[in-house]
Amino acid sequence: MRAHAAFRDAPGRTNVTTNRINDFTIKIATVNGTGSASANTLLMKSIFRSGIPVMGKNYFPSNIQGLPTWYEIRVARDGHVARSGAVDLMVAMNAETYSRDVKEVAPGGYLVYDSTWPRPALLGRSDITVLGVPLARMCNESFNGVRTRILMKNICYAGVLAALLDLDLERIRELLAQTYAKKPQLVDSNMKAIGLGYDYARQNFPCPLPLKVEKMDRTAGHIMIDGNTAAALGCVFAGATVAAWYPITPSTSLMDAFKGFCDRTRVDPQTGAKRFAFIQAEDELAAIGMVIGASWNGCRAFTATSGPGISLMNEFLGLAYYAEIPSVVFDIQRVGPSTGMPTRTQQCDLMECAYASHGDTRHVCLYPANPEECFYMAAQAFDLAERLQTPVMVLSDLDIGMNDWMCRELKWDDAYRPDRGKILDKAQIEKLEKFQRYLDKDGDGIPYRTLPGVHPKGAWFARGSGHSQYGTYTEDSTEYQIVLDRLLKKWETAKKLVPRAIIDATAGADIGIVSLGSCDSAIHEALAILKARGVGVNYMRVRAFPFSEDVERFLAAHRLLFVVEQNRDAQFRSLLTLETAVEKSKLRSLLHYSGLPISSSFIVDGVLAEVLPKPLPQQKDAASA
Amino acid sequence: MTFIPKPKIVHPALPRNARGLVRRDYEGALSTLCAGCGHDSVTAAIVEACWRQSIEPQNLVKLSGIGCSSKTTAYFVSGAHGFNSVHGRMPSIATGANAANRQLTYIGVSGDGDTLSIGLGQFCHAIRRNLDMLYIIENNGVYGLTKGQFSASADIGTRAKKGETNFQPPIDPALLAMTLGASFVARSFSGDKQQLVPLIEAGLRHRGFALIDVLSPCVTFNDHEGSTKSYAYTREHYEPAVQADFVPPEREITAEYGAGEALAVAMHDGSRIVLRKLDAGYDPTDRAAAQARVQERLMSGEYLTGLLYVGTDGGVEGGRKEFHQVNGTPEEPLNSLPYEALSPGSGGLAKLLARYR
Ligand SMILES: Cc1ncc(C[n+]2csc(CCOP(=O)(O)OP(=O)(O)O)c2C)c(N)n1
Ligand code: SF4
Ligand SMILES: [Mg+2]
Repeated sequence: MRAHAAFRDAPGRTNVTTNRINDFTIKIATVNGTGSASANTLLMKSIFRSGIPVMGKNYFPSNIQGLPTWYEIRVARDGHVARSGAVDLMVAMNAETYSRDVKEVAPGGYLVYDSTWPRPALLGRSDITVLGVPLARMCNESFNGVRTRILMKNICYAGVLAALLDLDLERIRELLAQTYAKKPQLVDSNMKAIGLGYDYARQNFPCPLPLKVEKMDRTAGHIMIDGNTAAALGCVFAGATVAAWYPITPSTSLMDAFKGFCDRTRVDPQTGAKRFAFIQAEDELAAIGMVIGASWNGCRAFTATSGPGISLMNEFLGLAYYAEIPSVVFDIQRVGPSTGMPTRTQQCDLMECAYASHGDTRHVCLYPANPEECFYMAAQAFDLAERLQTPVMVLSDLDIGMNDWMCRELKWDDAYRPDRGKILDKAQIEKLEKFQRYLDKDGDGIPYRTLPGVHPKGAWFARGSGHSQYGTYTEDSTEYQIVLDRLLKKWETAKKLVPRAIIDATAGADIGIVSLGSCDSAIHEALAILKARGVGVNYMRVRAFPFSEDVERFLAAHRLLFVVEQNRDAQFRSLLTLETAVEKSKLRSLLHYSGLPISSSFIVDGVLAEVLPKPLPQQKDAASA
Repeated sequence: MTFIPKPKIVHPALPRNARGLVRRDYEGALSTLCAGCGHDSVTAAIVEACWRQSIEPQNLVKLSGIGCSSKTTAYFVSGAHGFNSVHGRMPSIATGANAANRQLTYIGVSGDGDTLSIGLGQFCHAIRRNLDMLYIIENNGVYGLTKGQFSASADIGTRAKKGETNFQPPIDPALLAMTLGASFVARSFSGDKQQLVPLIEAGLRHRGFALIDVLSPCVTFNDHEGSTKSYAYTREHYEPAVQADFVPPEREITAEYGAGEALAVAMHDGSRIVLRKLDAGYDPTDRAAAQARVQERLMSGEYLTGLLYVGTDGGVEGGRKEFHQVNGTPEEPLNSLPYEALSPGSGGLAKLLARYR
C-alpha cells in the first residue's frame, strides 16, 4: 500500500514561459574523460558572472573514460536554481546518445551537433531547430595532436553557445585567464577554439537566439560552490582536527577539500607542523572507529562517506550512541540499494541513518538543502555532537555535494567558540568527591565527561556493554534501564537544540508540502508555478531529526500534506509517521528516485493530480487512501 | 553486579616507585575471569611493569576489543581511562585516540579471536601505520568468551575440548607483524613473569608499534590433553631465544651482562633494551633472519619466545617513521590546540572563497 503517485520527468516537455531571455535550460551531452567539464564550467560561470542566477548539474557515469555524460545548465532569471524538467537547447556531442538526446528537446527548442558527420535523421523532428557545426573538422584543421583536438572540440562548442546566447567573450577570456593563471599559453589556444565556434555560429545562424543571456545584477554577494567544499570549510571553522575516511563517491571531495583547506591554513610556516591529522583508513569501520577514538580523547573528529559506508559503520555508531561519545559523520547520499548507481543522487539513507545499529538506537540527523547550509550545519554538527555526546549525521547528497550551486557568500562570526559541552577540567575533577560518568546531574539527560590524561579521579571506562549511571559494568535490570531511560531524556533535549524547520505558510492554505534537503529549490519553483495557477500550498522544510515541536504543529495544522522526497520507499514519510502524531492518511508521497535531481515540474504535476479536478485517468496507486 | 571494587589499604612499608606509588595503585577492579585463567597473570605483569615504569596512571590509556582477554583492561590501573570497544576494532579506536593526543601511553589488550579473525584487518593496518602503542595479544587458541570455538591461532592437529581436530593452518601474529614492518615484536608466556614484565616495560617505552603475543592458556576450554595451547604443552614447547631487559636512562648497564653476549638497543627516550641471546644462532635485530628462524621453529612445533625482533635505529628500523612523524603533527597534542590556532577567521574565509565568486 504505497500512498504515492508514480510520476516521472517528462522528456520533450514544453517550457511554460514565452519570454526566454535568461530563462532556459541547456543540456550538453558528451563522453566522459574528454575535458568537457572545463567547457561546461566556463559557460556556467560566465553566465553567473553576468549577474544571472544559474544552475549547473553534472550527470556522470561511474567510470573514468568513454561513457556518456551530461551537463545541464539552467539560466534562471527568477532565481529557481533547480531542474525545470525541460531542455531548450541540446548540445549533442555524443553520437551514442543522439537519439535520446534529440527526443528530450522541448518543442520549439534547438539542437546543436557536430556536422562533420552529417546526420539527416536528426532533422526528423520538425518542431525543433537543428544547428550543425563542423566542430571536429574545424578543430582538426586548426590544432595538432589527437588529445588537443578532442579537448578543443569541447571548448569550441562553448564558442558556438557564446554566439548563440550572446555571452560576453571578454568575460570568457577573463575566466580562462584565472583558470590557467599558471599556464598562460593555454588561454590563447582556448580562446582560439572559442573564436572558431563563435565565428562559425555568427556566420551561419541568426545570432543570438531568442534564448539569450542579458546582463542582470542578481548574483552580487553570491558564490558558486559545491556542498562538499562548503561542508569541508565548515569542519575547518568548527575546529575539527582529526579526519578519517575511506574513499567513496560522492563523499571523497569533502575530504580532499578539508585537506586542501588545512594545507593552506593549518601548517606552521616555521616548523611545517600540521595542526590536523588526516587519516586514510582501511575501511569505513576503521574510519568511524578513529573518529570515535579521537572524539573520546577530546578532538573534534569526523568522517565522510556514502550509504555503503554507513552500512559498515552501524556497529560502531551504536557504541558511540550508548557509550555517549560525540562523533560527526557526513553521509553524501547516492543511489542504492547496494552499490546502486554510485554517481547518481538520491535521499535514500534517511531511515538507515536515523536508526543505524542494533538495539534501541536513534541518531541526530541534519538535512542541509544546499552548500550554504552544508557549511553552517557542518559547524553546528560538532557543537551538537559535543553538547549531546552522541553521533550527529549530516545527510547531504550527491546533487548538493558535487554540483556547483549558487548560494549566498558564506560568512563566519569571529565571536564563535566551539561548544565543547559538559567536559570537566582538572580543577573541576579535583573538587569532586567521585566522578560518575553517566549520572544526570542537570536533569537534561546529558551527563558529564572527562578526558584521558587530565586527572586519575576522572578516569572512567567507556564500554558498549551494560553500564550503570556511575559508569560501572552492570547486568542489573534496574541499573540498565536507568541509563536507557536517561538517554531518552537526552533525546528530548536534542529536540530543543537541533535546527528548526523552515516554514512558509504565506499561502494560508490547508494543504502543504513537507520535504527535506535538496528538494528545496525545486519546491520553491513548484510553489511559484502552483500559485500562478491559483493553487496555494504551504511548505515546511524539515532540517533535523529528532523532529522539533514546530514539525508536529505544521503537520497537525494541514488537511493534506505532500511529502516530497527522493527515494522509492517514502522513507521520510515513514519517519514522520513513526516519530510524530500525524495521521498517516493525510500524507501523500511524491517520490522521485530516477537518480537525477528532482525537478519542479515533477512536483507541480504531483500536486495538481491531487488538488485540481482530474480530466485524465490518473496513474495513481488505487490502494492509496 | 559483576563490578567489585577492591578495598584500598596501603601498608606503609610497601615499596614505592619514583612517583611514590605502590603496586596497588596500578591495580584495577577485581577480575571476573575463571580461576587460573592465563589472562589474569598477564594483568599482573602489566601492573608490575607500569609500577616499575612509574607511569602516571592518568597518562596511560587502556584499549580493548571484546573477549575475556579484552575485559582485562578493567583489571589494571584504575586511574587510567579505558575503552572497551567492539569486537576486533580496538586498533581504530587506538588510532583516533593516539591522533588526538600523542603524549599519552597507549596499551591495547586483545585476544587471538579479537585480533586474528574479526580484527585481522585493523591489526595489520595499525602495524602498517606504526601506531605508537603497545599491543598485547592474550593468545589461547580459542574464543574463550563464546565458549571454546577454535580461533585463527589454533595449530593444525590441536584438539578441541569437545573432540574435534583443527585442520586449518594458524595465523601467527608475531610472524605477521614482522612481515608488516613492526619495529618491536615479542612473544612470551603468561606463566613466565620474569620474561614478560621487562618485555612489557620495553614495549611501553618503544616508540612505534610494539607487539607482544602472550601465550595465555584458557583453563576452561583449552587446557586439556591434545591441545597445543595448554599450560603443559606450552611449558614443554616454549623456547626462550632472547631475554630482553629494560634499562632506564639513569641506570648504567652493568657487568651482569657478560661482554660480547649482550647487545644494548637504544630507545628514543634514552633508555635501553639489553638483549641477551639464549639461542646463539638467533639475531633479533635482523628482520629477515629472525623471521626465518621463528617460522622454522614454529614448523617443528616450538614457540620461540622473547624479544623476537627489534629495530636498532632508535628502536625504529631504517628510520621508519611512526604515525605522527608521517602525519607531521606538532609535538603538542591536537586536542589541546586552542581554537584560535584552528580557525582561519572571517578574513581567512573571504580569502578562501575568492575562487568561488
Ligand atoms: C560483532 C560480534 N560478533 C561476535 C561477538 C561474540 N564474541 C564475543 S567474544 C568473541 C571471541 C573472543 O575471542 P578472543 O578474542 O580470543 O578472546 P578470549 O575470550 O579467548 O580471551 C566473540 C566471537 C561479538 N561480541 N561481536
Ligand atoms: S573462559 Fe578461558 S579465557 Fe575466558 S576467563 Fe575462562 S579461562 Fe579465561
Ligand atoms: Mg582467545
